[in-house]
Amino acid sequence: MRTLKQKKTPAQQEYDALVKQVSPKSEVPWSLVKAFVVGGLICCLGQAFNDLGEKVFMLDKKGVSAFTSMALIFLSALFTGLGVYDKLGQFAGAGSIVPITGFANSIVSPAMEFKREGFVLGVGAKMFVVAGPVLVYGITASVLYGVIYFIVQMIMGG
Amino acid sequence: MMYLKVFLVGGLICVVGQLLILFTNLTSARILVAFVTAGVILTALGLYQPLVDWAGAGATVPLTGFGYSLANGVKEAVQEKGILGALTGGVSATAGGIAAAVTFGYLASVLFTPKTKS
Repeated sequence: MRTLKQKKTPAQQEYDALVKQVSPKSEVPWSLVKAFVVGGLICCLGQAFNDLGEKVFMLDKKGVSAFTSMALIFLSALFTGLGVYDKLGQFAGAGSIVPITGFANSIVSPAMEFKREGFVLGVGAKMFVVAGPVLVYGITASVLYGVIYFIVQMIMGG
Repeated sequence: MMYLKVFLVGGLICVVGQLLILFTNLTSARILVAFVTAGVILTALGLYQPLVDWAGAGATVPLTGFGYSLANGVKEAVQEKGILGALTGGVSATAGGIAAAVTFGYLASVLFTPKTKS
């Protein structure tokens, strides 16, 4: 890689201008396509687990959704451990972050990285670097909704 | 046919995330937080249930679906138990996923070592 201090030749400047002109147009749609395809496929895998839970294991609606989450989380934890999921992430961007598998990945990745800091403050704490905020905001938002829903029910019902 | 809907909706929700990455420089942690919160709000407004009915896992697998489960669990629990349900419903409904994430996440982190970065 060239350092910033080196002066660019006119040909390189021309090339840079060309790159600037061309890359946003070609890179942005391509990354969207990758996110779309990978995200869509992960959801299809989830749908396959839904069907498996519903038709083979005869689970009820809640059981099906729990089964699918668990199966996807298990696979994501495994493939993050094997180093495969992060490679997928480099390719797919949000396509691998937004599905629930991305949530599991966000738990395993930092926990593995900080293992040398011990099992309590390394693994145990770093697991929640991303998952913690997700749970904090998700649960708090849902409790607020519950309180509002309760009040609305009371007014409407009473 | 169902799988086409799943693919379309799931893919499009991820495209929204990718657009946020490209144009707002949000980190993935912020995107996950935004999506789970958006899922709760959209479900509370009654806008997410139709999407789940139409696209199944396409709407439930993205993290907005986690917010949907939280909000739906809270709503059902409030109907059954009153105000107490506001605190118990969300985590009860998502207990399986949370416990799986903690347990499998912990086991994977202990059993595997990170690959050297290239």
